[in-house]
Amino acid sequence: MMGPSVPWYLFVAGVLFGIGALGVLLRRSPLIVLLSLEIMLNGSNLALVAFSRHFGTGDGQVFAIAVMAVAASEVCVGLGLIVAMARKRLALDVDRFSELRG
Amino acid sequence: MSAVCVASVGNVLVWMVWLAAAVACLGSGLLVVTLSNPFFSALGLIGNLASLAVLYLLSSAEFVAAAQVLVYAGAVMVMFLFVIAYLGGRADAPWAGGSPLFRASAVVAGSALLAETVVALLWKSSRLSHSPPVDSSFGSPAEIGRLFLTDHLLAFEITSIVLLVAAVGGVVLGIKPQEAEQS
Repeated sequence: MMGPSVPWYLFVAGVLFGIGALGVLLRRSPLIVLLSLEIMLNGSNLALVAFSRHFGTGDGQVFAIAVMAVAASEVCVGLGLIVAMARKRLALDVDRFSELRG
Repeated sequence: MSAVCVASVGNVLVWMVWLAAAVACLGSGLLVVTLSNPFFSALGLIGNLASLAVLYLLSSAEFVAAAQVLVYAGAVMVMFLFVIAYLGGRADAPWAGGSPLFRASAVVAGSALLAETVVALLWKSSRLSHSPPVDSSFGSPAEIGRLFLTDHLLAFEITSIVLLVAAVGGVVLGIKPQEAEQS
């Protein structure tokens, strides 16, 4: 394998996952929480692709594409929720979403 | 001798591209989390996704890299930018307003995840450091398609149902309340 070996990829994946987790925990804007969630999913995708390369089978890449599809659906529903909340004149602040009643 | 020389030059080149992509990836990830304007955060995420696509290419996952650029940097980020433009300045929200204890524990949880990853890698890295070479069809669209339609057919169908449900859910969430009252 040319270039860096699999642990280097896994290190980047782990750091990406940590950055995304910090964003989800520390930010209040639901949009930025969604963006950080994307970073977490991409970190796990990078680990899947690196392990797929290590074992020489394409299964990890197939799983990575399935994760991409789930991330796209999550963004679709999440952005729909954010737009619906903005229409109802609710404050866009995840700390203040404490009840389910509209 | 010359073959060895060419191989080592190629290796150095791959390392340089990898390092640039990894630094760009982590730096733009940090930008996404730290910038206060969601528009710039979304732009940072586009950079993050593009550099991740380079990393995918370097680990010989060509189809995943192409899907990453088309699906994420293309479709998903356009949706994000539209919603951010629709919300305008209302989307800005500062950092976590909770108690300092909450913020400190969030940082501790994030760094614990990171430390756990690093320790696990150091523990097992000798076993992972030698990956067998793969043939050129590895990661190609034909190979991924063959896997999707043979070994992973169920996952393929479930993914399509998930996408359909999400699309219907997005439409339902997007219906305007006053139209619902009129009908």
